[in-house]
Amino acid sequence: MTESATINVPVAQGNEDKYKLKMGPQHPATHGVLRVDLELDGETITDCDPKVGYLHRGFEKLAEHRTYAQNLVLTDRLDYMAAMANNVGYCEAVEKLLDIQVSNRARFLRVMVCEMARLASHLLWLATHALDIGAMTVFLYAFRERETLMEIFAELCGSRLTNTYTCLGGVRQDVTHEIMRKLDNFINEFPACIEEYETLIDTNRIWLKRTIGVAPVSAEMGLDLCLTGASLRGSGVDYDIRKHVPYAAYDQIDFEVPLGETGDTYARYRCRMEEMRQSNYILRQCIEKMPPGAIVGEDAPDLVMPTTPRKKVTADTSARQGLIKLIEDRDVYMEGDIYVATEVPKGELGFYFISDCKGKPYRMHIRSPSFIHIGALETLGKGVMVADLIAIIGTLDVVLGECDR
Amino acid sequence: MGKMNNDLMQIEDGIKFIPGASALVAPLNKIINWGRAGSIWPATFGLACCAIEMMVAGAATNDLDRFGIIFRASPRQADCLILAGTITKKMAPVVRRVYDQMPEPRYVLAMGSCACTGGVFDTYAVVQGADEFLPVDVYIPGCPPRPEALLEGLIKLQEKIMQEQGRWSQFS
Repeated sequence: MTESATINVPVAQGNEDKYKLKMGPQHPATHGVLRVDLELDGETITDCDPKVGYLHRGFEKLAEHRTYAQNLVLTDRLDYMAAMANNVGYCEAVEKLLDIQVSNRARFLRVMVCEMARLASHLLWLATHALDIGAMTVFLYAFRERETLMEIFAELCGSRLTNTYTCLGGVRQDVTHEIMRKLDNFINEFPACIEEYETLIDTNRIWLKRTIGVAPVSAEMGLDLCLTGASLRGSGVDYDIRKHVPYAAYDQIDFEVPLGETGDTYARYRCRMEEMRQSNYILRQCIEKMPPGAIVGEDAPDLVMPTTPRKKVTADTSARQGLIKLIEDRDVYMEGDIYVATEVPKGELGFYFISDCKGKPYRMHIRSPSFIHIGALETLGKGVMVADLIAIIGTLDVVLGECDR
Repeated sequence: MGKMNNDLMQIEDGIKFIPGASALVAPLNKIINWGRAGSIWPATFGLACCAIEMMVAGAATNDLDRFGIIFRASPRQADCLILAGTITKKMAPVVRRVYDQMPEPRYVLAMGSCACTGGVFDTYAVVQGADEFLPVDVYIPGCPPRPEALLEGLIKLQEKIMQEQGRWSQFS
């Protein structure tokens, strides 16, 4: 090693008391590869500047060179904690753009997998948030339940994390009795599990001291910062796309939108815990109300199984070419643009397409909640201690894959 | 010890003689390998999606602790770097720096398609495989690999360490 062994801490120009600290991108508590440039006065943060882009993979550019059906695979890798919700969001947007009808059974299946993804995401959020603050046990408990969900996903579509379960016009595979039985067992046991987590941390004085009153966000402030999802609902703003602009089968399902009052880290935590209970309730309704029927709409482009063409397929090409060709040939593309938003566990996930009558999007923009939430870090991080910044990153529930795209 | 490696003379299978020093090194070597293979400490360094499966592997269901694998938050205490996820061109210098901070001997696991080859992300922003700038010991395919696949990769790494011949640094 030729480098000097001492660490050179740069002192801010003209301000002798403050020094700059770069937190990340390799930091166990930044939930990936987030870097935050801090200006510190002692241990108090006077300036907080989040730097993103360490996981920029070029999603939007890749999407311009792939057909609408192929792009679905990319959306798995956006918010990899709830890939199902991303799949549904993307499909809802493209279906609106191409005017494809979805069968009712597929709608219910979508709601079902969305809520399972919400549970998986919130469990992972709880595990990592508690781990960052110092409660290790919850991590092990939450992963136990998450593992059950992952196994159901694997049985449903063959993949645990990156599912690509939905397809344009419906879903890829139907559920089996075995899956429904496992899910039924899970939702019967899960409420007790939530109580178990709450027993672990709601009585923990350290947890309470590190969350109550930390990073309070008023309703106006939350709206100004464009927060969405549980981060906004913790401040008492009743904004949930599932309720107010229902997509899939959310209009046929009864659920409540849990709201917080104080808008601090603890309120957001309570909000997400209540959301998990509501998700459990939605899953129960899905099992009870699941209608029979086809899982793919009648007029859906044939993208389910390229080897057995359904209709309007030119048979002269190989299966793979047929898959791509069909969606290019379809006379359904309208010129114009569309923005469709769905409620993913992190907040509002929006897809914005500009279509120029070709099989591929001219431009695909993703409005990802994590990116907006990291933007709020600058405001929320000012004036708090360094240790509280970890709690704030956790409570905003950011995932860098979605943020940097 | 690094010098010794060049002078090793194979007497019998597994037993080596250092000429001029009148010493046998074979048992020590095997003991060191055994110790290293049983205490792989990876750095807590998640890059993207695969990091979630890495966490699952570390949680109760799969429990990496039973292999002596304990995640360390500081690269200074780690001897294994699990590249779990996509390495972008912006992140690559940081990954390299984390690798440089780790003490010898150090091992690199490329977990997932992105770290192995770049995966689906053949774009301007993504490094097409970790082996473009790091010596990768084990490649684990999958997008993402199941936690069991990560276990398999770590067991492969243990096998590799067990076959090592007096490795004290990257270059000896």
